[in-house]
Amino acid sequence: MREAIRQRMWFALFASCTAVVAAPVVVIAGLLLWRGLPALDWAFLSTPPAPGMREGGILPAIVGTLWLAAGTTAVALAFGLPAGIYLSEYAPRGALTRAVRLAIVNLAGVPSIVYGLFGLAVFVLLLKRVTGGMSIISGSLTLGFLILPVVITATEEALLAVPQTLRQASVALGATRWQTTVRVVLPNAAPGILTGFIIGLARAAGETAPIMFTAAYFYLRHLPTSLQDGVMALPYHLYVVATQIPNYPAAKAWGTALVLVALVFAMNLGAVLTRARLRRRRRW
Amino acid sequence: MQRRAANWAEFLGEKLLFCFGISALVLLLLIFLMLLKEGVPVFQHTAPTAFLLGHRWLPLSDIFGILPLLLGSLLVTLAASVIALLLGIPTAVFISEVAPRRLREVLKPLIEMLAAVPSVALGFVGLVVVGPLLREWLGLDSGLTALTGAVTLAFMSLPTIVSIADDAIGAVPSSYRDASLALGATHWQTIRRVLLPAARRGIFAAGMLGIGRAIGETMTVMMVTGNAAVIPKWPPLCRFWEAMAEFPGLEGFRATLDYLLAPYFDSVRTMTATIGAEMGEVVWHSGHYHALFAIGLVLFLITFFVNLAADLAVGRR
Amino acid sequence: MKVMGAVACLALVTAALLGTGLMVPGCGRGGPETEGVRATPGVSGPRGRIEVKGSDTMVNLGQHWAATLMERHPEVEVAVAGGGSGTGIAALINGTTDIAQASRAMEEEEKEAARARGVEPHEVVMGTDAIVVAVHPSNAVDRLTIDQLSDIFIGKVKNWSEVGGRRAPILLLSRERNSGTHVFFLEHVLRKGDKEGKQEYAAEARMMPATQAIVDEIAVSENAIGYLGMGYLDKSKIKPVGVAKTAAGPYVEPTQETAASGEYPISRPLLWYVNGEPQGVVKAFLDFALSDEGQKIVADEGFVGIAR
Repeated sequence: MREAIRQRMWFALFASCTAVVAAPVVVIAGLLLWRGLPALDWAFLSTPPAPGMREGGILPAIVGTLWLAAGTTAVALAFGLPAGIYLSEYAPRGALTRAVRLAIVNLAGVPSIVYGLFGLAVFVLLLKRVTGGMSIISGSLTLGFLILPVVITATEEALLAVPQTLRQASVALGATRWQTTVRVVLPNAAPGILTGFIIGLARAAGETAPIMFTAAYFYLRHLPTSLQDGVMALPYHLYVVATQIPNYPAAKAWGTALVLVALVFAMNLGAVLTRARLRRRRRW
Repeated sequence: MQRRAANWAEFLGEKLLFCFGISALVLLLLIFLMLLKEGVPVFQHTAPTAFLLGHRWLPLSDIFGILPLLLGSLLVTLAASVIALLLGIPTAVFISEVAPRRLREVLKPLIEMLAAVPSVALGFVGLVVVGPLLREWLGLDSGLTALTGAVTLAFMSLPTIVSIADDAIGAVPSSYRDASLALGATHWQTIRRVLLPAARRGIFAAGMLGIGRAIGETMTVMMVTGNAAVIPKWPPLCRFWEAMAEFPGLEGFRATLDYLLAPYFDSVRTMTATIGAEMGEVVWHSGHYHALFAIGLVLFLITFFVNLAADLAVGRR
Repeated sequence: MKVMGAVACLALVTAALLGTGLMVPGCGRGGPETEGVRATPGVSGPRGRIEVKGSDTMVNLGQHWAATLMERHPEVEVAVAGGGSGTGIAALINGTTDIAQASRAMEEEEKEAARARGVEPHEVVMGTDAIVVAVHPSNAVDRLTIDQLSDIFIGKVKNWSEVGGRRAPILLLSRERNSGTHVFFLEHVLRKGDKEGKQEYAAEARMMPATQAIVDEIAVSENAIGYLGMGYLDKSKIKPVGVAKTAAGPYVEPTQETAASGEYPISRPLLWYVNGEPQGVVKAFLDFALSDEGQKIVADEGFVGIAR
């Protein structure tokens, strides 16, 4: 009986922690909708800003953010997925592997502004020929590297969670390690891998510092036509209109924030639903 | 023949995986080299001890002492990590084990939504909501304090910690849980003695990533901590004794707490905010420019040694 | 298998895109990036693309000018970025911008660094910005001399009672160091115009990341004092302080008229820096910004046009 009471107490405590964590999300969502919805209309979403920024819309920033999101996903997938697979399935126990793990944790602690400076030095200046200077490519590479630690860690954890028995069965049936990894382990780890992407992409879409020097302009008249073009981006746009422009209509600033969060939410939603469905199919 | 071709492709694939696998290490090394190259020149102007322990940061007059910045970062990150861990891990346990299925499917994406709020926006919420609240409750002059920064930062780390820890707990094979329950343990006992230890690795990883996020956050702290480069200090010691004298009693408790947490009610300037705020001004390759990179270098080294220590402490992974 | 295919696809796509990037370097982006540092950018006649970078104080002004110009001349492309006066000047020196907007003058070291790289900085005054000192509406103090302001901001005077106000500690608000406004206020108010002066902002001064933040903080903190560009003055929220050069002199309120006439003592020029003599698109843009219409835009943005 005492055990049961103790359990109730602990669980109640955990529930309150959860409430404290979840509450701000509700509050922020509420604030955004309340303050930002009035500013949203079709014109706001589909036209570029007018001279003086106080009128007109945010279309180029929306498009720019989408481009950057796509690019970041590509980079994170291209580097993070193989890295996670390597660490989980192939890496031998040893100093090198341990160093790699240490490197990943350290990368997570590097300030976003340092990534921005790194991106500036390497992608914008050094590799100007390839990336076109301040451009979608430079921004995507910088952001992709920024979220690498989260993506790799989530991938690795997801792969490790797949029971050894599945691998053993596969090998017993004659498959090579590669085939086992790709056809057996990976599909089963998909939900966890998606978690990494969800968190990573959400973060990347909202970052300002890394794109300030590598991709984001305050004002461009035209939408990007190639990956080497610079773009306007919602986080930077939000930062500037809310802090640098006197008498900018507050509703528009909230509206911009609302659009940004809604965009990320939409990107997440697809991933979350897919993950839920994949989880149900899990076989252990 | 087909087997040979398949072997070749696999061989190539595995080598490629190795390259990508160590890409994180390569990236880290490159960043470190960049910080080194651009940061070390400042030590020709200011000796390392003067740099690290100097308590005046006046870069426009070529005075580069980062002690206030170091302490500012320490104060904010420590509190943010403590808050985030104390809130995040129980939340992860709740979502993973205690909450009914339906609730979990709502809560997990809801908390991941917190990650979707951009650092700028969260900074604003900190400025507009948390700051004034703390100002009211604690009777301060201004809401721009280390505490505001710590609270806002904690909420930035929370989604990472909660989500990955939740995955880690969920990944423990159900056979463990079933066996424990079959042996007569309660749910809580099972969680505490079987599941959490089994998920230890993943939870630890989640915690480190969350703390890393708190250390590295730039925009948010820039907006809510006030950015005053002062060394955090406590009121004179006699106040402490006064507080202790009133002890048993709510007033005494409150006064003691007020005293201990005093530095948190002042403005601080973190290392990341300094880099973020001043980079726009510098003339490239000037003393100030190198000093900012040197700050980045110091930050990098501190993070590195803390992580190394944690890694050694936890032992073989 | 599907996952494998997806990964392979994405890798191939990324490689292909990077490959096309290699084959068409800088296609369709004529500008300083492909011109190198020594050339003055711009093509013959007002046609082509130019980059404008620098002061956050002026960034919206730059956008307003650029967008208006592009409405008239669709064949011209002007890209505007912010980042601070220092960033803009650094970009001019590095050859990554055509026009650097600055709310402070270039320092000697910056001019030397520019010349060392073959960039000849050419300065043009585009407008004037009055810097307003503001306090909370409930603060009894509504006039201060430059000397008093200096003492307050260096932390020598710490209490409002010392300048005729209530007994309360002064809460100092300042812009960050990357702001031209910060530097200007330091040189012309704290150091009273003496370039060799040693005065510094008090360590306790809160360094705000943006002017709007200063306005918002003053509006809610009764003991706060801060400085801001005139365009941000919202009299419904904060109260401007009349400033006098000496204790005897008249206390002047900051308005468009007093700033234009020079009566108000704290005002600074808004500048453009270009490489060498302006030509092509840069010249067309410059001419537009200095025209009557361009100067009206300056007033619309809360600044004061140049004296004529």
